[in-house]
Amino acid sequence: MSGKSVENYLKALYVISENGKAVTTTAVSNYFKIAPASVTEMLQKLAEKGYIEYSPYHGSKLTSKGLQIAETVTRKHRLLEKFLHDVLKIGKDKVHTQACEMEHALSDEAEESLCRLLNHPDKCPDDDHVIPACSLPFSSCEDCIVTHNKGLEEVGKRGQHLVSISDLKEGKEGKISFVRGEHKTLQRLLDMGLTPGTCVKVLRVAPLSGPTEIGLRGSKIALGQDIASNVFIEVSQENQAGA
Amino acid sequence: MRAHPVINGEEQIASDNRNLVFALAGNANVGKSVLFNHLTGSSQIIGNWPGKTIERAQGTLDFEGQKIIVVDLPGIYSFSTFSMEEIVSREYIALENPDVVINVVDAAILERNLFFTIQLMEMEVPLVLCLNQLDAAKKKGITIDLKKLEQALGVPVVPTVAIRGEGIYELTKNAVEIAKRKGSKKPKQVKYGSEIEEKIQGLSLMIQSKKIAPQYPPRWVAVKLLENDPEIKKLVGSNSKDILRSADIVAEEIFQIHKEQAFAVIASERYALASKISNEAQNQSLMKTTLSDKLEWATTHRVLGYFTSAGVIGGLLLWTFTIGNFLSTLLSEGLKIISPVNPALNGSIWGVLWNGIFGGIVAGITLIIPYVIPFYLMLSMIEDSGILTRVAFMMDSAMHKIGLHGKALIPLILGFGCNVPAIRSCRIMETKRERLLAAFAITFAPCAARTILILGLVAAFLGSGWALALYGIDIAIIFIMGRVALKVVPGQSTGLIMEMHSFKVPSLSVIGKQTWVRTKSLIYIVFPIYIAGSALIQVFYALGVLGPVSNAIAPLTVGWLGLPVIAGILLILGIVRKEFILLGAVAIFGSTNLLLFLTPVQLITLALVGILYLPCLSTISVLAKDFGWKAAVTISLANFATALIVGGLAFRILSLLM
Repeated sequence: MSGKSVENYLKALYVISENGKAVTTTAVSNYFKIAPASVTEMLQKLAEKGYIEYSPYHGSKLTSKGLQIAETVTRKHRLLEKFLHDVLKIGKDKVHTQACEMEHALSDEAEESLCRLLNHPDKCPDDDHVIPACSLPFSSCEDCIVTHNKGLEEVGKRGQHLVSISDLKEGKEGKISFVRGEHKTLQRLLDMGLTPGTCVKVLRVAPLSGPTEIGLRGSKIALGQDIASNVFIEVSQENQAGA
Repeated sequence: MRAHPVINGEEQIASDNRNLVFALAGNANVGKSVLFNHLTGSSQIIGNWPGKTIERAQGTLDFEGQKIIVVDLPGIYSFSTFSMEEIVSREYIALENPDVVINVVDAAILERNLFFTIQLMEMEVPLVLCLNQLDAAKKKGITIDLKKLEQALGVPVVPTVAIRGEGIYELTKNAVEIAKRKGSKKPKQVKYGSEIEEKIQGLSLMIQSKKIAPQYPPRWVAVKLLENDPEIKKLVGSNSKDILRSADIVAEEIFQIHKEQAFAVIASERYALASKISNEAQNQSLMKTTLSDKLEWATTHRVLGYFTSAGVIGGLLLWTFTIGNFLSTLLSEGLKIISPVNPALNGSIWGVLWNGIFGGIVAGITLIIPYVIPFYLMLSMIEDSGILTRVAFMMDSAMHKIGLHGKALIPLILGFGCNVPAIRSCRIMETKRERLLAAFAITFAPCAARTILILGLVAAFLGSGWALALYGIDIAIIFIMGRVALKVVPGQSTGLIMEMHSFKVPSLSVIGKQTWVRTKSLIYIVFPIYIAGSALIQVFYALGVLGPVSNAIAPLTVGWLGLPVIAGILLILGIVRKEFILLGAVAIFGSTNLLLFLTPVQLITLALVGILYLPCLSTISVLAKDFGWKAAVTISLANFATALIVGGLAFRILSLLM
C-alpha cells in the first residue's frame, strides 16, 4: 500500500462524505470505479493503520489522524487546480487529472506559497468546492501575509481541526478560529462580533446554498454562503461527532 | 412648558439663546428613527449628506424654551471605513461637534451595541446612553442594572421604550444637561490590555505633542493608526511620516505579542470590554419562546419560507398596482376636466407650451405619486417589522446570479411600479457597486408606463399572447444585462452580512412621516424635469425641429429597425414619458387604429424599442443625482444599445415569421 494510494483513499472518503458522515463501501467503489472486494481490502488496511473506523455494515469514517491527511491532500489538490487553471491557463476539464498526480508531491511549504501566490483562494476553478483551511496557526490571511519571511517550522501548526460554518448543521456550535478573505470582509465580521475565540451557534441554514444564520453575543447574523464558507470554527469533540 | 432644569456647579453654562445640537447614533434597527420621530415631530427634513447617497434626517425640538436641532445619523456597527455611512457619521461627530451624542442602544443585544458605545467613548464626545426597547429585553428574560452600567461607562443611562414614548422626557432632560456642560463631563476613558495600553499612550503623546490632526482626540487617532484606518493614515501621513512609521512599528510589536494583527486585537479587546460590562450589568433568566420565534420559523423555514417570501413580494406588488392603478385613473380622470392630457402637436405656440407643461404635471401626478405612496407605506412596514430581512435571507442565493444579494430584490420589485423610487431605494444596499448594479437592472424593469406601451401597442392590436411575450423578453433582458453588468463593473461582489433583528410591530406614525418626506423629496426631483422636458419637446415639435432630427436618425429607425420615419419623432417624444410614444402616434396618425399605419412587425418592434431605448427623463435625473452624470449617461447608452440590438433582431426574425 503506497503513500499515494493511502492519500487517494482518504481524500475520496473526505470528498464523498464532506459532512463527516460514514461512507458506504459501494460509494467508494463507485467513486474509483473498481470492484467492492478490492475496496473492502484497502479500507480494512486503512483501519488497521488507524486512519479510519471501518465497519462492514455502517461504512467507513475518518479518524482525526486520517482526517488531517485527507484535508491536507484535498487542500493541495484544489490549490493546484486553481493554479493550473488561473496561472498556467490549462483547461477546466484537464486540471483535475493533473492535480491528482501533483498533489502527492507538493510539499507543505510549496502549498503555503501557492496559497499566497494565488491570493488565498477560497474555491476551486469550477467554483464548486471550498478549499479547506490551512494548518497554520493564524486567525486571518493577513496574519499570514505579514509573516511571509518566516519558515514553516518557526510558524508552527494549528492544534485543532477546523470546520467551515457552511459545513455545519443547524444547532451545532464552536469557537471562531480562522477567517479567510480580504480585509474589508474581515473587518466587517470583526465589527459584528466575530472575533477569534467567540462562541457561535448555527441557528438556521437557508436551502439552495443560501445564507447561514448564526447566533453570537446575544445577536443573530445571516452570512451569505460565500462568507460562511470562509469562517472556520473549532468544534468541540462531542459536537463534532455526527456533525 | 415645564420649568428650566436646574443646572448645578460652576461649569460653564451655554447661553440659552444658542441652539443645541443632538446627534442620534447607534446600530441599525435599535429604534433610532422612532426616537427621532418622537423628538422632532413634524419638523423633519430628509436630504442627502453632501455628495453622498446617504440619507440625512434632521429636525428641531423645543424643550422647555431651548431650541434643539436633532440629527439622525445612519445606523452603523462601527467606525471603521467599511461603508460611506461610517465615514459620514464619524466625520460629523468629530468635525461638526454636536453638543451631545445620544447613543441609542438595543437593550436586548447589549453586548454587541456596547461595542459601538465604546467607540463613541473613544471619540471623547459628550454622551448619553439611551437604553431602548427595554420591554422587548424583558420579554426575553433580560434585566439590566442601570447604575452598574452608568458606573462602567461614566455616562448617564436613560431607559426608554421609544415606540410608546416612554422615557423621552428624561432622555431629553439628561441630554440637555450634558450638552450645557459640554467639555466638562466626558465619558470614561476606554482602557485596553496593559501591553497595548502602554503603546497607545506612547503613540498618543507623540501625536499630541506634534499637534497632528487636532480635530480628533489624539488617543483616538493613535488607535485608528493601529487599526490601519486608511483615511486617518492619509491624514496623518500628509503631516508627519515619523508618526506613521512609529505606528507601524508598534503595530508590528502588537502582532509579535498576540500573533494577530493590531486591528483584530483592538476589535477583540473592545468586544472583551463590551462583554465584561454587559455581563456585570445584565441578568439573563431563562429564555421563553416568543411570538417572534414563531414568526421566525414561518418566514425562514426551508419550504414555508419561500411561500412567505413569495407572499410578501407578491402582496407588495399587488397592493402597489391595485392602489396605484386606482389612484392613477382617478387622478387622470380628474385632471382631464381641467385640460386635455394628450399631447397637442399643433395650434398656437402658447397652446402647445401650456399643453406640454400641463402634460408634465399630469405625468408626475398620475404616474409617480399614486404608485410611490402606497409602495413606500408598505415597504416601510415590512422593513420596520423585520420581515424584509427574512425575505432577503431566503432570496439571497437567487440574487447571487446577477451579482447582488438578497436585499437587492426589493428595489428590483419596486422597479415594476416605477423606476424612480426603485433607484432611490437602492440605498439599502451596502456598497456603491451594488447600488449601481441594482439601479442598472432596474432601468430595464417593466414599469407602469412601459406596461401601458405594451398594452396599447401590442395587446390592443395583436392579442395578449404577444404582450406576455414582450413582458417575458423584458424580464429575460433584466437577467442578461444584470450578468453583463456584473462582468463589466469592476470590483468584487460583497457577500451578505446582515443582522437578523427581532420582529417588531412597526410604528404607524413613523411610517407615515417617512413616506411623506420621501415622497416630497422625490417630487422635488421629478416634477421640474417632467414639466420642463415635456414643454420643451412639444415646442420643438411644433416649431418643426423634430422633423429634421427624425430624418437624420432615419438610418437607425428605418434602415436598421424597419420602422417608418415618423417613429423618430415618437421616440423623441417618449423620452419624457414613455406613453407619449403611444399617445403621439394616435395624435400624428389621427386615428386610434394603428394597424392602418403600422404593420404588426412594426408595432412589436416599436413597443420593444420603446420599452428599452432609454430610461425616461426622471429616471435619468435620479440616476444622475444618486450616481453622477457619468453613470447616468453610461447606463442610458447601455439601454440604447440593448434596444438597437433587440429591436434589430426582432425586426429581422419577425419579418421571416409574420
